[in-house]
Amino acid sequence: MTETVTIDAAGLHYTPLNQMIRSAVAAGAKEIVLNNVNGHRFIGNGLRGTDVRLIINGVPGGDLGMFMSGPTCIVHANAEHAPGNTMDAGTIYIHGNAGDAVAHSMRGGEVYVKGDIGYRGGIHMKEYREKKPVLVVGGHARAFLGEYMAGGLLIILGIGKTCPVDERGIGTGIHGGEIYIRGDVPDRHLGIGATKKPFGADERERIRPYIEKYCMEFGITDSSLFEDEYVRIGPASARPFAGKYTWE
Amino acid sequence: MPIGSTPPKFRVRIDQDQCMLCEQCIENCPYGTFRREGNRILVNSRACTGCHRCIAMCPRDAIDLEEKPVAYRSHPIWTREAREAIFNQAKTGKIVLAGMGNVLDVPPIFDRLLLDACQVTNPSIDPLREPMELRTYIGKKPSRVEVTTKPDGDIELLTRLAPNLRCETPIMIGHMSYGAISLNAQLSLARGAAAQGTFMGTGEGGLHKRLYPYQDHMIVQVASGRFGVDIDYLERGAAIEIKIGQGAKPGIGGHLPGEKVDESVSGTRMIPVSSDAISPAPHHDIYSIEDLAQLVRGLKEATEWKKPVFVKIAAVHNVAAIASGIARSSADAVVIDGFRGGTGAAPRVFRDHVGIPIEAAVAAVDEKLRKHGVRNEVSVIASGGIRDSADVTKAIALGADAVYIGTAALISLGCRVCGNCYRGLCPWGIATQRPDLTARLDPDIMWENVSNLINGWTLEIAELMGAAGINSIESLRGNRDRLRGYMLDENLMNVLDVKTVGAGA
Ligand code: SF4
Ligand code: SF4
Repeated sequence: MTETVTIDAAGLHYTPLNQMIRSAVAAGAKEIVLNNVNGHRFIGNGLRGTDVRLIINGVPGGDLGMFMSGPTCIVHANAEHAPGNTMDAGTIYIHGNAGDAVAHSMRGGEVYVKGDIGYRGGIHMKEYREKKPVLVVGGHARAFLGEYMAGGLLIILGIGKTCPVDERGIGTGIHGGEIYIRGDVPDRHLGIGATKKPFGADERERIRPYIEKYCMEFGITDSSLFEDEYVRIGPASARPFAGKYTWE
Repeated sequence: MPIGSTPPKFRVRIDQDQCMLCEQCIENCPYGTFRREGNRILVNSRACTGCHRCIAMCPRDAIDLEEKPVAYRSHPIWTREAREAIFNQAKTGKIVLAGMGNVLDVPPIFDRLLLDACQVTNPSIDPLREPMELRTYIGKKPSRVEVTTKPDGDIELLTRLAPNLRCETPIMIGHMSYGAISLNAQLSLARGAAAQGTFMGTGEGGLHKRLYPYQDHMIVQVASGRFGVDIDYLERGAAIEIKIGQGAKPGIGGHLPGEKVDESVSGTRMIPVSSDAISPAPHHDIYSIEDLAQLVRGLKEATEWKKPVFVKIAAVHNVAAIASGIARSSADAVVIDGFRGGTGAAPRVFRDHVGIPIEAAVAAVDEKLRKHGVRNEVSVIASGGIRDSADVTKAIALGADAVYIGTAALISLGCRVCGNCYRGLCPWGIATQRPDLTARLDPDIMWENVSNLINGWTLEIAELMGAAGINSIESLRGNRDRLRGYMLDENLMNVLDVKTVGAGA
């Protein structure tokens, strides 16, 4: 088995496609190139292997890398909804835009989107011990960003935008983790339970490695990404609902 | 303006002549009902929850406990409960949480359905002598099978069968998470279920390592919080269940308060210690039946189509149409949880007022799925208030393949349905994580209670079937002719599709 395997996805259903990917990984392939991907859902779903790279040429369908645990996916196009859904570990790079619910409930690993994402980005991301999920978006995000976030990092660079998240519901119900948005967002866009927090040198250092990784992958040289001010949004309390209930 | 306190719900008394001052009651009551002063045990009835632990552990039968008669002016509408709930909310302005199942005094429909028995013609079957087939396969069945005859005369099956769960009884144990109940309670349930060749749900709290030996008998749950969900967890389960809703609180999410998330619970849920575990009301990747189908297929794809995927919903008004959508979503089973379903904690107003009874829901779903020609494509599991083998048998006759039991399984571990699970102080070691309390429940002993309960009910179901002249659970399923409605209104009997008592074949 050579280290690189090329699969032509044209006309294939997602199940045989994933089976071919799995058997290539089982046979020792380190790089799998998928050509003619056109809306295939669940690519890399539940796939394991920290040293495996999937190169995706074409537009993957929904739930790319769902439950994935280790591999790296590089998409040379846009991606449909929910890439990184409930992902455990690994990295997804999308050299285009992505749909709604990007990184939904992600519990580890990193997702980088060169362009924009849709609604509900980073919703319900959570962290545990060494598992800290990260979502970096180069462009803008739509409403309900980071709702119910329970951990991890969400970074919106807003390249070329005046207001990177110009819609409401940012961080509604957030009870862990942090959202960083370059520039500022109006207070009225913050959801219940979300609050703006100070952004200092420590925070700048915290997000630097991920911005560097973003720039590296997508070939971007823009020092303002490192120098500009970010608005940092986090939970107003770790117990957003603690005051809502009483006992019988 | 202060309202003052409300009267105690229970009156606890000690027969001082009987008492030998062993202090078992003091030790056993985590709510602090008892204390010793000199040579007497004194009682604070106000602290009592009616859990019965003291009575069960008193070596002298010296404790007397009764529900205290209401001290308010009696009123048929403004009951004690209605008034005290108002006092509570007038003081706090908050949502009132409650534990266990619906407490409203509405007669269970099960009790108004009567089973049939054979007399003279079509004689009954003796389960002692005759084989009775109670084995139940949960999952998709093909509408027809194709076979071929090989040259040597052997028959070969050409149709590819979907994975099914093989249950030796139609009784399974529903989902009660680690966090809501103790690990010792989960271990007892899991071992008991495994011993009877059946299955138990993990709930949405992940799968603790100590349950790995029973993983082939466990159904792992994926709820909106996605707690403890990774590929390893999905691969361990015998089946996967997507939880959309539950009978005790249809339409809302779940919330395990941070103080219950200790080191061990945090490990199985995969969230930090003391962090609130919030399951939002919807799954944020499901906004339509198509999205549900996407998650069903996503889970199947992750586990290489080797495991059945169930979808659990609460029994609500439009349950039949929803179940029909689920049946088309690639799901292998639809679980319907009726409005009597139990819970660790739910807003009282939801527990008691939202949803519909499981009896009507199962009948409506079975009927709709048959009408749409998809009943064979999906199994139906009924849950929420199944109290005995008669309820199981009636649920199956109304159209279920199998049932989930929850409260009944906890009662087999000692639960007295005191309804205080949300306080985390369960004196029986069930709905608690406090080490001294969980230690009261020894899974190496208590699993037998669970196993015995399922075994006893299974024997009874076989007897009920035999009496009705049925020797296979398949022939009981959806067999409404074995039921008659007694004191039920005509409309409801139409929904249930049963005839009235006295109406012959
Ligand atoms: S357990 Fe019974 S005998 Fe023992 S101290 Fe309490 S009331 Fe007395
Ligand atoms: S589990 Fe425990 S706290 Fe809950 S109802 Fe039963 S005895 Fe009471």
